[in-house]
Amino acid sequence: MKFSDQFESRFAEMLTHYPTKRSVLVPTLLFAQDEVGFLSDEVIHELAGRLDLTDLEVRNVISYYSMLTTKPRGKYNVQVCTNIACMLRGSDELFEHCKERLGIGHKGTTPDGLFSLEEVECIGACSWAPAAQVNYDFHENLTPEKMDKVLDEYKKKGTQ
Amino acid sequence: MYLIFMGDVTLTVDGKKVTAPAGTLLIEACKSAGIEVPSFCYYPNLSLQGACRMCLVKIEKMPKLQTACTTVISEGMIVTTDNDEVRQARKSMVELLLGNHPLDCPVCDAGGECELQDMTFSYGAAESKYIDAKNHKEEQQWSPVVYFDRPRCILCYRCVRVCGEGMDVWALGVQNRGVNSIIAPNQEDHLDCEECGMCIDICPVGALTSGAYRYKTRPWEMKHVGTTCTHCADGCKTTLGVRRCDTGMEIVRGDNRDKSGINGDFLCIKGRYAFDFAHHAERLTQPLIRKDGQLTPATWEEAFELIGKRFAEVREKHGGQAIGVVGSTRATNEEDYLLQKFARVVLGSNNIDHHRTADFPALAAALSGKPEMTASMRDVFNAPAMLLIGNNPTEQHPLLAWQIRNNVRLHRARLYVVNSQPIKLRRQAASSTQIPAGSEGKLAAFLAGDDSALDVLVGAGDSPAPDPSTSLSAGSRGCPSPHDWIALREKLRGEANLVIIFGSEICGNNIPSLVKFASAIPGAKVICLADYANSRGAADMGLYPDLLPGYHRVTDAGKFREEWGGVPEVRGLTLPEMVESAKAGDLKGFYVVGANPIGRFGVDPYAFSHSFVVVQDMFLTETAVMADVVLPAANAYEKSGTFTNTCGDLQLVKKAGEVTGSKSDFEMIVRIADAMGFDVRKLVPFGRTMHFDTGQSRGVQSGEADRHAVWLQAQGLEPKMSPFDPMAILDEIQRLVPGYDVSRINLLAGNDQHTTLAGSGPGALQNAELIVPAQDDLFSSGTLGRYSRTLNSVIENHHKEPAETDVAAD
Ligand code: SF4
Ligand code: SF4
Ligand code: SF4
Ligand code: FES
Ligand code: FES
Repeated sequence: MKFSDQFESRFAEMLTHYPTKRSVLVPTLLFAQDEVGFLSDEVIHELAGRLDLTDLEVRNVISYYSMLTTKPRGKYNVQVCTNIACMLRGSDELFEHCKERLGIGHKGTTPDGLFSLEEVECIGACSWAPAAQVNYDFHENLTPEKMDKVLDEYKKKGTQ
Repeated sequence: MYLIFMGDVTLTVDGKKVTAPAGTLLIEACKSAGIEVPSFCYYPNLSLQGACRMCLVKIEKMPKLQTACTTVISEGMIVTTDNDEVRQARKSMVELLLGNHPLDCPVCDAGGECELQDMTFSYGAAESKYIDAKNHKEEQQWSPVVYFDRPRCILCYRCVRVCGEGMDVWALGVQNRGVNSIIAPNQEDHLDCEECGMCIDICPVGALTSGAYRYKTRPWEMKHVGTTCTHCADGCKTTLGVRRCDTGMEIVRGDNRDKSGINGDFLCIKGRYAFDFAHHAERLTQPLIRKDGQLTPATWEEAFELIGKRFAEVREKHGGQAIGVVGSTRATNEEDYLLQKFARVVLGSNNIDHHRTADFPALAAALSGKPEMTASMRDVFNAPAMLLIGNNPTEQHPLLAWQIRNNVRLHRARLYVVNSQPIKLRRQAASSTQIPAGSEGKLAAFLAGDDSALDVLVGAGDSPAPDPSTSLSAGSRGCPSPHDWIALREKLRGEANLVIIFGSEICGNNIPSLVKFASAIPGAKVICLADYANSRGAADMGLYPDLLPGYHRVTDAGKFREEWGGVPEVRGLTLPEMVESAKAGDLKGFYVVGANPIGRFGVDPYAFSHSFVVVQDMFLTETAVMADVVLPAANAYEKSGTFTNTCGDLQLVKKAGEVTGSKSDFEMIVRIADAMGFDVRKLVPFGRTMHFDTGQSRGVQSGEADRHAVWLQAQGLEPKMSPFDPMAILDEIQRLVPGYDVSRINLLAGNDQHTTLAGSGPGALQNAELIVPAQDDLFSSGTLGRYSRTLNSVIENHHKEPAETDVAAD
């Protein structure tokens, strides 16, 4: 299968960093997921072939990491932290609000394919709790109102 | 674990001084001192896992409890394996393991032989703090052989490691994380694998179970008999679990959990599960005699009388050379020896042959008079270097492949592969080279110093595409250059103690070449690969028209003449010659013991229509259907004797199963000789052992009789009171067949004893066309495979069409 040139050059470079090929699996999976959106059977097979692994081994690794997924997600993956610090500062309410507003539950995806929602463990932003992460961007000190604005912005970006 | 010896280390465990080689794991050091440290995930010879935390022990100066299975011992270490803290830790571990584990041992297949059950009894708590409902999942069938019951899994990962590291199949993996972890098969919901069952037998609990055995019986309801596998020529020891049934004794399980024998805990699917042919519905349980053109049930007396009369008639009227005899590669040594003796002494004919799958006479000839140069199956696990020419052991010699893989993995042995196909073992190879099919003989010549053979090797002609993973640098045609070949030969010459393993691709004159090459390497040994369980035995026992037992020529019978009082000196007929002779109307009698020449060699079934044909077999094979008399035979799991594996390792075969209505080939041969009016004492040397004091059976010296009996048996001197006692023939074999003079007591104890070819007779050059490989793969096994439900269901499941060569000789 075909990846972008950027992926290929990153992949080639990474191979030089480790003594064994299989070591590049985790970062490669992440790059592949960013590019394809999820880790399809085709991606898994391709990477297993490149790294001398079995498909099963690649699946095992994917299943270990919650940031990796084998199912398509929305364009924007909203990850609301509900761990202790955020919980104490109202993340449950925030998460409920997101569910209602997007009309989906944990690990759900909106029918327009724009948003996915996930409840996640501590994302390391406790000082600015409650916090959420959309793809790789952080949003902090959130309230339901602030969250609406964040979501509005993404919606605008996504439908432009 | 491969260790460089660095001297000994002394430590203290529970107040005891323990000394072990540096580098030893603490758990092993404790074991050697008789101190048990409980473990689940630790398994010798597999990578360390440290997953179950059952082996926690207290080590002084270390802040927390340590896992004994991953800790390497060091000088002065002070270890406590049993105090309150350790006991509490073990208890908590068991409690965690039981968190989601069903507590229904009485209905679990592993009940009675489950490590979790034992550990819970020894170390566990009677109650649990967990009150949550257990996470239940339905059982899954992953293949005809493998079933998975997820809630019982304790995540020790033994199955994953043995499948990957041991088998190099990598069909099992672990998915998810923490409490959600599960063992997963490679095809999402099913397995595509070698179906060896290693994962099942290594599983400490009842999570992985086998289609063959599950829920049939309980371990304590079976009798366990250690015997030798009857399938391929590697000679795995297998422990058969048997149980009484309507028709005798039924085999319900095969395993090698006690890790005894040359195979340790290894068995392939055939040794572990393909014993089911024994109870196939089409099994013959009555003699059949052709009456009015139809095979009709008859009594044993009728059958023997008829055979005796007809064979005696032919012998009187036309001489012994008018009868042809075909022996078996799955009968015991004693039976094969007896059969050729029957042919030579009773019939007075050398017309005896068998289905040959390797050229042992040429090997014997090449090795005769040389120092010991045959390797045992054990040597394959310990040799520093191995050269494999031809064959595909992964499919045809699963134990050999296991030994090779694990030698490479655990001892860093160097494997050199030369093959016309990209065989799987090249994954373990330090160097793998593809050569044109049929050029293996040239390789032998080249190794022996004939550089003119290089032309063929460097890929002139229509060689297949070279193996991309070949580690010899590719020459201009994509094949190794002459320079590469010479470098390889030099390298091999420098490999002291090299074990050279070759398939039937190498035969005839190429064997002496290879032996010449090997002789120049210090400590080098060879293994010649044949295909059936007792192919080597059949050859050693002299199932050849020109060779007596031990590869002595019929023209130079020596001690055999003395012992038997006469051996015909004219060379007999080979199997194809027997067919020709029958067609010409000269072969009046044909006696086939445990073979299927008609099915195998595509012989015209009408060739024998004017001969009186007797067949001993388990089933109505292509040969049996055209016989005049068919005698229902017992298989190797139903009789006693010995087998010799392809390396020359002699092992005991013990009676485990029984099917009423069948007889061993041994008994039938003797009965036929008797029915011909022959004095069976001249055939089987029974009843002439020494008289001995049976000792006192009461009082202080009671038990003396038993001690005598054990001693006598160990010396092979116990009285052989019956003409059907194979041990009487074993005595003769040990006396007359060179190399078979091994320790009887070791043999009886179930140990493999290597026989050597160094003292054998001169052998003889044979026609290479008589060697017909069996072409069996992992899931086929000649006639036995055709009647094994397990093997057939696996083949079906793999959507493999049965090959054309499915018809088997043995
Ligand atoms: S049966 Fe053998 S090959 Fe198949 S999964 Fe189990 S260990 Fe692996
Ligand atoms: S299935 Fe058995 S061997 Fe495999 S991890 Fe579970 S308990 Fe261990
Ligand atoms: S490797 Fe050969 S001897 Fe061993 S179990 Fe398999 S068929 Fe039997
Ligand atoms: S608890 Fe939410 S970011 Fe750490
Ligand atoms: S045996 Fe040591 S952690 Fe499992």
